[in-house]
Amino acid sequence: MSSTDTMTKVFARPRSLTEKPFTYCPGCDHGLLTRILAGAIDKLGIQERTVIIAPVGCAVFAYEWFRCDGIQASHGRAAAVATGLKRANPDLIVISYQGDGDLAAIGTAETIHAANRGEAITVIFVNNQIYGMTGGQMAPTTLAGQRATSCPEGRDVRTMGHPLPVAEMIATLAAPAYVTRQSLHDPKHVAQATKAVEKALRYQVEGKGYSLVEVLSTCPTGWRMPPAVAHKHVADVVTGAFPLGDLVDRG
Amino acid sequence: MADRQLMTGNEAMAEAAIRAGCRTYFGYPITPQNEILEYMAAHLPRAGGTFLQAESEVAAINMCYGAAAAGVRTMTSSSSPGVSLKMEGISYLAGADLPCVILNVARGGPGLGNIAPAQGDYFQATKGGGHGDYRLIVLAPSTAQEAADLAGLAFDLSDQYRVPALILADGMLGQMMEPVALPPHRDPATLPPKPWALTGAKGRDPNYIASFALEPTVLRDLNVRRHARYREIEAREVRWEEVATADAEVLLVAYGTMGRIAKTVVRRGRERGIRVGLLRPITLWPFPYSPIRKLAERVRAVLTVELSAGQMWEDVRLAVEGRCATPFYGEMGGVVPTPSEILTEVMRHV
Repeated sequence: MSSTDTMTKVFARPRSLTEKPFTYCPGCDHGLLTRILAGAIDKLGIQERTVIIAPVGCAVFAYEWFRCDGIQASHGRAAAVATGLKRANPDLIVISYQGDGDLAAIGTAETIHAANRGEAITVIFVNNQIYGMTGGQMAPTTLAGQRATSCPEGRDVRTMGHPLPVAEMIATLAAPAYVTRQSLHDPKHVAQATKAVEKALRYQVEGKGYSLVEVLSTCPTGWRMPPAVAHKHVADVVTGAFPLGDLVDRG
Repeated sequence: MADRQLMTGNEAMAEAAIRAGCRTYFGYPITPQNEILEYMAAHLPRAGGTFLQAESEVAAINMCYGAAAAGVRTMTSSSSPGVSLKMEGISYLAGADLPCVILNVARGGPGLGNIAPAQGDYFQATKGGGHGDYRLIVLAPSTAQEAADLAGLAFDLSDQYRVPALILADGMLGQMMEPVALPPHRDPATLPPKPWALTGAKGRDPNYIASFALEPTVLRDLNVRRHARYREIEAREVRWEEVATADAEVLLVAYGTMGRIAKTVVRRGRERGIRVGLLRPITLWPFPYSPIRKLAERVRAVLTVELSAGQMWEDVRLAVEGRCATPFYGEMGGVVPTPSEILTEVMRHV
């Protein structure tokens, strides 16, 4: 008898993930969040009803990472694409996965209006305070004073604006069912973020409407920080600018 | 039996779309096509469809992208400046091989221009408009009846070839009331299946829809396959109308509202013994190069008449390739020439 026969499997790749390798940099939180989302899809048993919408940005390949139907949207338009899919076929579970440049700069209008209409979709919003794929430019969420390739002296809020509080903005609207900001900087917060993603999806399954899960994430490459330092930076600095917690829960 | 109703070109296209099985419409207000949006708001929900007024033209075309991906017949409508805003989305639809019908009830331009009828969007409709190597099926009605007929055809062609179809109308056609014989209602459940659509990966591998392929040879091959479909459309789907061409000495080429006025020119010219004929392109892409070329062998001149500075004129000259003279007569800015002005121009080439 080999020893493996007596071992219990406690951790495995979610069934809703394909074998396709991620294209994210080592240490980036996108991969973790992708796995969390796939796990939530598994847990709710919705893989055969789900459509994943990939944005333009580091997650541009996301539509191929899930064993679900998938579609790639143009830059910023994922919420409009999600609206079209869900309105055309309300039985679908529609998940839009977007970064901060995509959702909070070029796609601000689509984001706000989809939320304001209470579209029955789930928006996973990766806030890593930078444009990762294009090489580390300033994002709408870049912190005051934070350096990026397009603000080499740091973000000067007097001329470049302030970090955009997306979750707080969406929380002012009457329609959303669930708006929350989560983080992935330590195991406790990973567990909380996992629960938040599951809740957002469950609300869509239950017909409760629109959810936005903003997730503070790291970009070690763009931030020029080792992954562990980047996670400490989220805990010490980023959560100060973007407070964690549920802002709306109308479940 | 076909219903016969008095309706505007805008209403005719909207009603024909519903009857063709269009079940999602996304639009944004802009003159002179607001009646389409309003007609859909009133009538599409009654047909079991979804009407949604989008926050922008950009959002509307991307909602169509989502609905098309779900496998449902979808339409948006706008007028020139609004269609410019949709161009990115149209490029993505083309790149993702998604069917969609886009109505452009064109107006004077460029910029905000005005709300009068114009044909200055021909280049945008037929030569790209958005980025990348793509084509749209472009249909140009000249009456409310034809607007209804072509709206139905646009859905069928767009589905069959997985190429977005654009109807290029203008403010005059959109606003003018005429009797229209409407086609029967088609049940969307009876339309050909779309196995590529995003319906949930149940009992099959996932379907993916994207216009994205980082590997150059992969993107090249996708483009090559798409262009093979374009060649098929060029071979099978060219449509045009000829009026009094058999013995014509001067051939008019005009489309849409201008094509309709050109018919009057032919009638009045013939009454005065002038041998003038008309070729009216119905598909602007694929363009009727071959029938124009054949007629160019035996006429003295091919006179292109447009509500533009001469956009379709370039295609007419490509068709004629020096076989005869290719004069141009046009007006811009929403000014519509009268039949007698055009007839005077015809006389110069007899």
